[in-house]
Amino acid sequence: MTAAQPLPDPTTAAEEPAAATPEAPQREALYFALRNPKLIVGLSIVLLFLLVGLVVPPLLEHGPNERYAPPLLPPSGEHWFGTTQFGQDLFTQFAYGIRATFLVGLLGGGIAAVIGMTIGFVAGYKGGWVDEVLNMLTNVVLVLPTLAVLFIIAAYVDSYSVTTQSFFIGMTSWPWAARAVRSQALSLSSRDFVDLARLSGVRTWKIIVRDIAPNMSSYLFMTFILLFGGAVLAAAGLDFVGLGPSDGMSLGLIMHQAVKWGALQLGVWWWFVPPGLGITAIVGAMYIMNVGLDEVFNPKLREM
Amino acid sequence: MLKFDRVTKVYKVGAFGGGSFTAVREASFEVRPGEVVSLIGESGSGKSTLGKMALRIASVSSGTITCDGTDVSTLRGHRRLKEYYRKVQGVFQDPFSSYNPVFKADRVFAMIRSEYHPGVSDAEWRDKVADALKVVRLDPDQVLGKYPHQLSGGQLQRMLLARALLLDIDYLVADEVISMLDASTRIDVLNLLADLKARGMGILFVTHDLALGNYISDQTVILHRGEIVERGVTSKVFADPRHPYTKKLFASVPQFHKKWDEVEAELRAREAADTSSQPYHLAEGQAVPSELVEVTEGHYVQPFHPRAAV
Repeated sequence: MTAAQPLPDPTTAAEEPAAATPEAPQREALYFALRNPKLIVGLSIVLLFLLVGLVVPPLLEHGPNERYAPPLLPPSGEHWFGTTQFGQDLFTQFAYGIRATFLVGLLGGGIAAVIGMTIGFVAGYKGGWVDEVLNMLTNVVLVLPTLAVLFIIAAYVDSYSVTTQSFFIGMTSWPWAARAVRSQALSLSSRDFVDLARLSGVRTWKIIVRDIAPNMSSYLFMTFILLFGGAVLAAAGLDFVGLGPSDGMSLGLIMHQAVKWGALQLGVWWWFVPPGLGITAIVGAMYIMNVGLDEVFNPKLREM
Repeated sequence: MLKFDRVTKVYKVGAFGGGSFTAVREASFEVRPGEVVSLIGESGSGKSTLGKMALRIASVSSGTITCDGTDVSTLRGHRRLKEYYRKVQGVFQDPFSSYNPVFKADRVFAMIRSEYHPGVSDAEWRDKVADALKVVRLDPDQVLGKYPHQLSGGQLQRMLLARALLLDIDYLVADEVISMLDASTRIDVLNLLADLKARGMGILFVTHDLALGNYISDQTVILHRGEIVERGVTSKVFADPRHPYTKKLFASVPQFHKKWDEVEAELRAREAADTSSQPYHLAEGQAVPSELVEVTEGHYVQPFHPRAAV
């Protein structure tokens, strides 16, 4: 009476109401996602920061580099995060910085993830000479002194925006992701269910996207989180040596300025603690999300 | 007819394919419609590789596999391969690894539907699946909508057979389908294969279990280190094995009242006592040819050096 696009039997349906329409496995994942506290907490923190970065800057009357307040004021009702040695408002800088940080993380991490995962999946699934050629390419980029290359690029490019910076970071930070994804894809593609999908006449890219990738979705997300964090830190490193975007603001740049003007020695903790906490909180929250997502995607980890 | 003609498989090993390993050497045999051919050999004898080559999961290094006259290795392109899989399907050894653990088990049916029967209506498809499950004696209510880890190995294995039935296949490659099942489900699946054979399906039954091979097959092929040492009508091969490896293989089935030492000594004594000269005996120093010699009608053996240790 039931079928391949099946109606689950009544007992299962009673336990998993949202799974009653298996035509949409996404909906089932959503059902478990909405009931996973780790995922909810992590996502809330990330969204909160994203919201601050998106909504707050247009509401502020001063720019991030504008010097209008008394210097080195500790946090107060007037200046929530205090001010710098030059009378810049640190909350303003923070809000603008989050914007740039998300942009670098998403764009840089995104570019690296797309390149790394594509190369990793193709190399791992295809094997043979394709694997060897892609591996060689990966190894070449892997041993490039990335930061030095970024310095040189940054020094030669005229107009240098956060977007350009993200692009170059993305283009140079993918190799380890490619290697990680390749080894996972390699081990998964030797499993019988991949052969069975081939026997079902499914195309190669569909097998990769629909059979192999879902088995490592939390792994892929973890890769993206690490690439995101790596891109943020690489950008901070560039900003630190003065090769960051000239008129932009990022969390890394705030910390760099704090160190540069001796905030540590002066005990001006409000200058470097909020941006440091900001980066830690964003990357940390994404890690918690990842643990939650693992439970959502892997049916064996769900509480039955 | 699924015909293997001097099929050889060489694997490249090491960096940049520096070394090579021959898994199968010049294997020739056929699977006819309505016939079960059991491919028997120890681990590493190349029996699964032969099955994989027939399914186009592994490529053929030399020689040809033809299916009803079409050379399987020439099936380039997605569409032609898909048409081939409409006729030839496989079931693998490990039912648990044959299912993608993150999806429900009945996704194997859904894949067949989306690739081969996209136009079929939901109700029609439901009936088709129910029919296929009935053939493998499964209750649709019990197996549909569940994850692989919620089902038993026997249920999963039978679902894979039902999946193959959705395609009206002519040939089935059954790679050790029974070895992971317990005794009671084992006989069910065996009888199911016998049913399919009666319907005219040709089955390549890959196994290391002699009793199973004898129980179900019409033809037997004995593989040893990638080479066919003996093949022919099952009754003849089992009643009158000629190749020393085959004899040893049959003798190695554990017996209640004998230890292996006794069996082996007996085997050697019989071997030494046999001074007859046969057309498939090779002279000292003569290389082993790849052609098999016909012993009696429909029973072939690879020539060997008599009284040489196996």
